[in-house]
Amino acid sequence: MLSKRIIPCLDVREGKTTKGIKFKNNVDIGDPVDMARLYYEAGADEIVFYDITASYEKREIMLDVVRQVAETIFIPFSVGGGIRTVADMRNVLLAGAEKVSVNSAAVKNPDIIAQGAKAFGNQCIVLGMDAKFVGKSKATPSGYEIYINGGRTPMKMDALNWAIEAQKLGAGEICLNSIDADGTKAGYELNLTTLISEEVDIPVIASGGAGTPEHLRDVLTLAKADAALIASMVHYGTYTITEIKSFLEKSGVKIRKTW
Amino acid sequence: MIAIIDYDAGNLASVQRAVSHLGIQCVITKEEAEIKAAERIIFPGVGAAGAAMQSLRRNGLDRAIKEAFAIGKPVLGICIGSQIILAHSKENDTPCLGILDGTVRSFSPDRRSEKGQKLKIPHMGWNGLDIKKSHPLLSGVDADDEFYFVHSYYPEPQNPDCVIAVTEYGISFASILGLNNLFATQFHLEKSGRPGLKILENFCKWNP
Repeated sequence: MLSKRIIPCLDVREGKTTKGIKFKNNVDIGDPVDMARLYYEAGADEIVFYDITASYEKREIMLDVVRQVAETIFIPFSVGGGIRTVADMRNVLLAGAEKVSVNSAAVKNPDIIAQGAKAFGNQCIVLGMDAKFVGKSKATPSGYEIYINGGRTPMKMDALNWAIEAQKLGAGEICLNSIDADGTKAGYELNLTTLISEEVDIPVIASGGAGTPEHLRDVLTLAKADAALIASMVHYGTYTITEIKSFLEKSGVKIRKTW
Repeated sequence: MIAIIDYDAGNLASVQRAVSHLGIQCVITKEEAEIKAAERIIFPGVGAAGAAMQSLRRNGLDRAIKEAFAIGKPVLGICIGSQIILAHSKENDTPCLGILDGTVRSFSPDRRSEKGQKLKIPHMGWNGLDIKKSHPLLSGVDADDEFYFVHSYYPEPQNPDCVIAVTEYGISFASILGLNNLFATQFHLEKSGRPGLKILENFCKWNP
C-alpha cells in the first residue's frame, strides 16, 4: 500500500533558506544543501524547494543549489518559484530535480503545463496553487480564489476549476497552498484540501498551516491529501520528522518507517 | 566500467550520480562498442515505451542489451527498463525486447483501495515489497523498507518464476523481475534512499 508522504519545504532566497509568515517578513535560517541532507537523513520522503529570489538575474544561484542537492540526497525533490518557460523547467530538471512546480506562470499561460508535460512527462510537472477563501460567487463557485505573485494578486479564478483544468493539461501533481492557513500553525485548510483531493485524479500535496502532528493526521485522513508539506514545525526543531511519523503511524496513517 | 545506456529517456544523470556516490565508475553512453566493452550495464529511464523502443532501435541498442543478457553480463533495468524487457507493452502498443515473455499493462482508472478510496494514477510515492524469492541483490534490504515509484504501467511476466517481489496498489503487480543475470525494478533505485542505494551497490558487485 502506498505511503502518505511527509515533505519539508525550503524557501530559498539567493542561495539561503528563509522563512516568512504569509509570504512576508522573511529571515534567513540556513544553508539549503545542509538542510536537505539533514531532512534526507531524518526520513523526509521528498523535499520541495521554492526559489523566492526576487531578481531573475540571480536565478543561476538556485541552479547551483539544485546541482549540489542532487549530489547529496537520493530521494525525489522538486523546485518551484520563478519557473516561466519550458527552458526554465529544463534547466532545473537537468540540474537534478525530479519535478518542477509552476504557479503564477501557469495561471498567466496555462499552455506551459501542456508544453512541460509533453517535453518531460506529466510526472515531472507539479501545479503550485495559492488559494484563498473569498466566498461563493459567479467567478468562484467553489468559494476559493486563485492568487498569484506569492499570494499578492487575486485573479478572479476559481481554485477547483483551475485544478481540474491543470490536470487536463497534463499536470502530474498539485501542491495546494492555503493563503489563509499559511504561517498560522493552526492546521491545514481541510475544506479546501478535501474539495480538491476528491475532484482530481492526480496526487495532492497539502500546504500551509502545519503546526502539530495532529494537523498532518487530519489532512492526510479527513481531507484525503496524498502528502503534507511542513516547514516551520521542523525548521525550528519543534518536532522531528521521526516524531511526526511515529505519531502518524500510531494514528493509523500508512507512512514509510525505515530509511 | 558500468555503462548506463542513453536512449533519451531522461533521469540518466540521477542514476549516474547515485552510482558515483557509491564510489563506482560509470559512463552514460549510446555507443554499441562502449556497451560491449562494459563489465555490466544499467538501463534506467522514465518516459513512454514507444519512444524508448524507437530510440533503442535507432541506435542498435536493442541488440546490444539482448546480447549483453545472452552472454551473461549483469544487466539492471530500472522503471521503464523493467517494462521493455518483456515482449510487448500496451503503452503505444509497442513490441519490446522480449527477453522475458509477458505484457506491460496500465493501471485501471477505476481501481479503489481497500478503504474504497479512488487510487490515483500515476502510482507515485513510496511503497513496500512483498518478496517472493530471495535474491543476492536484496541482501541488506529490510522487510519494512520502501521504494520510490512513479509509473502508470506495470510489467506482467508470463513466467511466475521471474517475479522476485510484488507490490500492492489496487492490484498486486511485479515490482522486481529477475532471470539469471538480469535484475529489474519498477521503482527508482536512485531515488529510494538507503535501501535503493544498497541494491545498486549490490548490483555493482554482483557476479551471477
